[in-house]
Amino acid sequence: MNRIKNTFETLRRKGEKALVGFVSAGDPSVETSLEIIEAMCREGLDILELGVPFSDPTADGPVIQRSSGRALQAGAYLETVLEMTRKIRHKTDIPIVLFSYYNPILAYGAARFYGDAVAAGADGALVVDLPPEESEEMTSQWVGKDLNLIRLVAPTTPPDRMSAVAEGASGFLYLVSMTGVTGSGGLDLKEISQVTETLRERCHGMPICVGFGISTPEQVRAIGALADGIVVGSAFERIIESHLNDPQVAGKVGDAVRALKDATR
Amino acid sequence: MNTSAHGAGQSASFQGIAGAPDSRGHFGIFGGRYVGETLMPALLELEAAYTTMSPQPAFQQELRELLQHYAGRPTPLFAARRLSAKIGGAMIYLKREDLAHTGAHKINNTLGQVLLARWMGKQKVIAETGAGQHGVATATAAALFGMECRIFMGEEDIRRQAANVQRMRLLGAEVESVSSGTGTLKDAMNEAMRYWVGAVRDTFYVIGSVAGPHPYPKMVRDFQRVIGDEAREQILAAEGRLPEMLVACVGGGSNAMGLFYPFLEDPVEIVGAEAAGLGISTGKHAATLGAGTVGVLHGSKSYVLQDEHGQIQEAHSISAGLDYPGVGPEHSYLKESMRARYEAVTDQQALHAFHELCAMEGIIPALESSHALAQAMIEAARRPARDILMVCLSGRGDKDLGIVSEHMKALP
Repeated sequence: MNRIKNTFETLRRKGEKALVGFVSAGDPSVETSLEIIEAMCREGLDILELGVPFSDPTADGPVIQRSSGRALQAGAYLETVLEMTRKIRHKTDIPIVLFSYYNPILAYGAARFYGDAVAAGADGALVVDLPPEESEEMTSQWVGKDLNLIRLVAPTTPPDRMSAVAEGASGFLYLVSMTGVTGSGGLDLKEISQVTETLRERCHGMPICVGFGISTPEQVRAIGALADGIVVGSAFERIIESHLNDPQVAGKVGDAVRALKDATR
Repeated sequence: MNTSAHGAGQSASFQGIAGAPDSRGHFGIFGGRYVGETLMPALLELEAAYTTMSPQPAFQQELRELLQHYAGRPTPLFAARRLSAKIGGAMIYLKREDLAHTGAHKINNTLGQVLLARWMGKQKVIAETGAGQHGVATATAAALFGMECRIFMGEEDIRRQAANVQRMRLLGAEVESVSSGTGTLKDAMNEAMRYWVGAVRDTFYVIGSVAGPHPYPKMVRDFQRVIGDEAREQILAAEGRLPEMLVACVGGGSNAMGLFYPFLEDPVEIVGAEAAGLGISTGKHAATLGAGTVGVLHGSKSYVLQDEHGQIQEAHSISAGLDYPGVGPEHSYLKESMRARYEAVTDQQALHAFHELCAMEGIIPALESSHALAQAMIEAARRPARDILMVCLSGRGDKDLGIVSEHMKALP
């Protein structure tokens, strides 16, 4: 069963776009994080990107840096994230993509990571600092095809490199909306439209999800006209950060999911 | 101990070691390019530019003239006779990078990279800095070429290296204070990489060490090898033979690679001095090669200080330039292949060496370089007077006077 593929097919039939939601696993605590994720799924999230916290997140802006820091304080190392994955999988069929920097996976062991991630019910992995040039050292240790390798495409990626990036990828392609870290401002819809079109011709029909800097229903609607899915991360983390001691935090994130999901229909 | 036979044995088995990295930037299992996709095209562009432009005679000539007439090269090779006599062992020669313009070896690399940036048509440069020496050297080169310059520096380093912050500002650079983490070099590099992701289209990132993704470790080494090339010529002129040993301090490891590289296939023993901080057993140190494990940090695979979960740990050293939980991949490669040996020197040992050099030779060394000196003094004491030991005195200590006087006051 390929949950990612099924999700995109179902959405296509319904004429909807995928809302992909990122949260740092374990922020602000493992228990609350699970409640938040449950609320997100309940309110219509289509795909969950579960962030594996890392001490030095160089591709992330301040919001996700801080959320990653809080999650590490809460002890959310890769082992714990996999345990969380198992618990989420018990409750829902939502596709789960583990979003990580390479070093935690390297320390865990790439073969062990594959086995444990699949066993826990994860559907894909995106390793943000592992470009195609280096990814074989990890994927050569993956025995089986039960984990999609999601790859990033950037606005700086030249067209022929897009083909090479798409070549080893599966599940969907994650198109970075801008040159910048997560949570940056300044979406340029015209540029995104052009890059999406160029990528479309080179990705063999793989779904394209656009992320970085998307936080409002209006932006979701605009990007939804171009791509198959929209990734939102920092916007959820901002809500978590401003409701750290609020017992209603899960509900607040859930409300945001619902508003954004409505914009994908 | 028959040191020369030991050295010859090394040489026989290390032919070809200077041929690394391979075309994808790998030094054995180390090195590589572990960065997000946004930066990959920029690294490929940089690699292509470096490979095609830097060998051109016009580029080489321009760089040679800058190094000679602007940076003040060649720097002297000085026989530290009084210090050597006091130790009563091998003769210590100091490669005087402290006498280069801006007061450290860093200028060799920044002139090379900023020149390359100009050849590539980039108008803006950014850099990370720890002790501030690389920041000052980048700001200097940027001022010389009339380029915009932004330097990322940890908040703690801004405090302990205030003089260098002022120098950078005088040179027209924007100094960005980085408060994340421990506010030291690692955090400055994180922030420089984040900024670069957003500005990659028109901005050249001048990395100051032999760290970072390919092609930086190779490129920085190539720009720094002038240290070793000169030292080799100078020692042959002075003594008619190669030294028995080279010693240099290793944070990221650029002055060390610069000195070591031209000798890698020679019968010369090579020793790197890392910072042991308060002592390895206290956990407050920066001895990445001595006490770290293999991981990926800042774009390359190398030894790093990390916990069992792959989270990077904080380093500690009295010297801001060595206060880094990573190390250049080529050093990891030299360690694994046993071509070089890496020892750890504590804050106290470095301070002692600092004072010895001031008193015995009238030279105030940087605290970074004082680590190399401390190790060299240990090595020299074990060797006969006929042996020659060459130390890279990578920088001068003016920037460290505040820290040193704080420590002198703290003494009982």
